Amino acid sequence: MARITASVYTSHIPAVGAAFDLGKTKEDYWKPVFAGYDFDKQWVKTHKPDVIFLVYNDHATAFSLQMIPTFAIMTGPEFNPADEGYGARPVPKVIGDPELASYIASAVIQQDFDLTMVNEIDVDHGLTVPLSCVFGEVKEWPAKIIPFAVNVVQHPVPSGARCLALGRAIGKAIMSYPEDINVHIWGTGGMSHQLQGPRAGLINREWDNAFLDRLIDDPKGLSQMPNIDYVREAGSEGIELVMWLIARGAMADVVAGGPKPKVAHRFYHVPASNTAVGHLILENAA
Amino acid sequence: MALDKEFNEIPGTIVFDAEQSRKGYWLNQFCMSLMKAENRARFKANERAYLDEWKMTEEQKQAVLDRDLNRMMALGGNIYFLSKIGATDGKSFQQMAGSMTGMSEQDYRDMMVKGGRKIDGNRRIGEDGDAQRPQKDPAKGR
Repeated sequence: MARITASVYTSHIPAVGAAFDLGKTKEDYWKPVFAGYDFDKQWVKTHKPDVIFLVYNDHATAFSLQMIPTFAIMTGPEFNPADEGYGARPVPKVIGDPELASYIASAVIQQDFDLTMVNEIDVDHGLTVPLSCVFGEVKEWPAKIIPFAVNVVQHPVPSGARCLALGRAIGKAIMSYPEDINVHIWGTGGMSHQLQGPRAGLINREWDNAFLDRLIDDPKGLSQMPNIDYVREAGSEGIELVMWLIARGAMADVVAGGPKPKVAHRFYHVPASNTAVGHLILENAA
Repeated sequence: MALDKEFNEIPGTIVFDAEQSRKGYWLNQFCMSLMKAENRARFKANERAYLDEWKMTEEQKQAVLDRDLNRMMALGGNIYFLSKIGATDGKSFQQMAGSMTGMSEQDYRDMMVKGGRKIDGNRRIGEDGDAQRPQKDPAKGR
């Protein structure tokens, strides 16, 4: 059977992708940001996933206002990095896992989550920046990737409670998949940031760190936090953090009352461009 | 059901909800069109003529011509869509975000390096934080 061995949480800041692509990772401004991901390079070799279920949001790249799916699972075989207006990132194309993705889609829809299935889509920085942060510069991504997009752009966006419950349904689906594969689930976006209006530049270090604490120790309690609190305390774009609860919901303690996950790595830094960088790796007990 | 009204009580912030989205539909779709290089070229060659191809309001068109991001937000724009205009102009996200605060580019960058804008006083309209100054034009319509 498929196993979920770890969840990874990280910001997906476009400027981090640009710094990576332009070879600026050793510059004074960017060095402390990328240092937060040094741990990952070895960890991901010893904890190599076969498949990554990667939760992110599209930033008006593939989804315009023509269609706004709340939850979309990408069931296609491959996805190209999108041109977001500055040219496509020079990173490998993303290889999907249509069989597992379709399996998860069916199993999750039958648990009453109405997913949209997407077969052709270009993926933006929300998906590719976390891959660059964790894997560094590679010729091809060393795992298959199932992109899963959440609407956090147009309110109302799904609640934390809905996201945690969805993660649980995804976790159950993956764990019932009859192949012996190692799956990671990643939640991306955040941490505190606001990109608009006179309040742009908001950072809330204390709130972010309390969020990390609660995500680790009390995901159910954290999932009860209303969306207004994210927007008020972590900025209008800080609402992206609800997506971390999807990944957290797929861990063993939430899915099946298993033991709490182990914190393998935790990192926090301000700033990267307009944003607070947060990163966490949680491992399920073997 | 509308969003809880608390979403409208955060200073210096416009929450992009279904109502704003409806108001800003063509403004945002115009922005999406700038993802294509040939459209960027046509827009840059004659901004007014290009804007006139879209079912936007005159106010929205003027806000684009003025590059007034706060006004565009008030008229239904969403920052991820509006950022396509910034990309067309060769601006970074930090330059765009900073331009909405009334701060200089350097001051905004310095604020971020020092840990960003503080939350204290900026949670609710009427507190004493630095994001409390009113928008140039309260055209939020509610």
